[in-house]
Amino acid sequence: MKAATFEYTRADSVAHACSLLTEHGADAKLLAGGQSLVPMMAMRLARPAWLINVNEIAELKISHQQGETWVTGAGLRQADVERDDRVAKAIPLIRQGLYWVGHVQTKNRGTVGGSLVHADPSAELPLVAQALGARFVLRSVTGERTVAAQDFFIAPMITATEADECLAEVHWPVWRGERLGSAFDEVSIRHGDYAIVAACAQVELDRAGRCVRAVLAIGGAGSTPIAIDPVARALQGTMLDDSTIDAAVHDVGVHLEPASDVHATAAYRIHLARVLAARVLRQARVAAAAPTFNSAPRSVGR
Amino acid sequence: MNEPTSTVRMIVNGAEVRREIPTRLSLVDFLRETLRLTGTHVGCEHGICGACSVLLDGEPVRACLMFAVQADGHAVTTVEGLANADGSMSVLQDSFCETHGLQCGYCTPGMLIASHALLAANPQPSAAQIRDALSGNLCRCTGYQQIVDAVQLAASRGAATVSTRPPAATREGA
Repeated sequence: MKAATFEYTRADSVAHACSLLTEHGADAKLLAGGQSLVPMMAMRLARPAWLINVNEIAELKISHQQGETWVTGAGLRQADVERDDRVAKAIPLIRQGLYWVGHVQTKNRGTVGGSLVHADPSAELPLVAQALGARFVLRSVTGERTVAAQDFFIAPMITATEADECLAEVHWPVWRGERLGSAFDEVSIRHGDYAIVAACAQVELDRAGRCVRAVLAIGGAGSTPIAIDPVARALQGTMLDDSTIDAAVHDVGVHLEPASDVHATAAYRIHLARVLAARVLRQARVAAAAPTFNSAPRSVGR
Repeated sequence: MNEPTSTVRMIVNGAEVRREIPTRLSLVDFLRETLRLTGTHVGCEHGICGACSVLLDGEPVRACLMFAVQADGHAVTTVEGLANADGSMSVLQDSFCETHGLQCGYCTPGMLIASHALLAANPQPSAAQIRDALSGNLCRCTGYQQIVDAVQLAASRGAATVSTRPPAATREGA
């Protein structure tokens, strides 16, 4: 359970990290929080010849509003983002999703970017990114490009990030409106585990309580997190009452590609998706109908 | 065998240390084998059990999931660093004894680290908050209730939580 040997450099900037990636090619891996990579190295499932430590790069730790988006540097610790009330106000789904992520120790090291690039189809941050249509800024020695969430997540553990690229920033769309609400829920074997199935939703209501817009996404039921646009569109213009929600999510399974594994059958995952989708839409509606933007985050104990 | 080595400098339990080590040496192995601070335990070695928990710049982390080179320029606190300056047990440590919050003791250093950090941030946690904060630490012996009792007892005693945030860290090495 010890890692194989490797050469190591601490990168002092994104440009430095990218030049090292280009120099060493497929033999190099970026080391951020290490909460996914280091166990793989310990089990010798990953044996990078070069490790590039990006934990000390200040430009990867930015967090601020920019126009209609909230910009997070890829190197932000999940724990710091979870505690940041500014982020909770701008993108409440992030705090709501992080509640379900891992444990104190893993969130103190794990990074926003690391979780997204690792792209476990059951992970919470990728699900939030997919639901909101976040945009991913990838840098390399040749420049910078921005990829939308739906193009970023390709397959389990596979994203659009090229071998010579470093995820630098994630841009999360900020919703504006008087009546906004969001919710995140999941079923897992133990709290903190990857989800069997997870769901998140965000809605905007008008003054009459009618749904102006909605997003809904499901994790753990496909090779990537899946945004269920048809259901979201079907809910626009409705009062988001329980029976409308139930009818809209009834056939959510047709949008999913769940697998059967040791934890759950595909049929059970579809069942969970239907139940959790309805639940988060209801909770989002309740939150939106409250007088202030209320994402009702649970206590995180700190 | 010639394998890559690195020089690391960090503050451990308030004292500056500097060593040359194999680059791939994990932080927990560095603490235990190189520094002979064997209070931190190795359990699963893949980030699940929490027996390896230490404070990095005051926050609990899994020392099995860090390489020692990553801690260069940072401050680490192990269970050995939780006792009072005169070597007597802290209120938290004493509370674990009082409530029988340990049996074999293997998880205990990690539990103490996580509890210490919790009380530093939240001096009067609820039982639910304690369980939440300790969810990354597994215990095979106690069933957890006496551990929760220990943290609650320590909180009720106003467990003095001297900040484990270090003085200015060492110069960052390469």
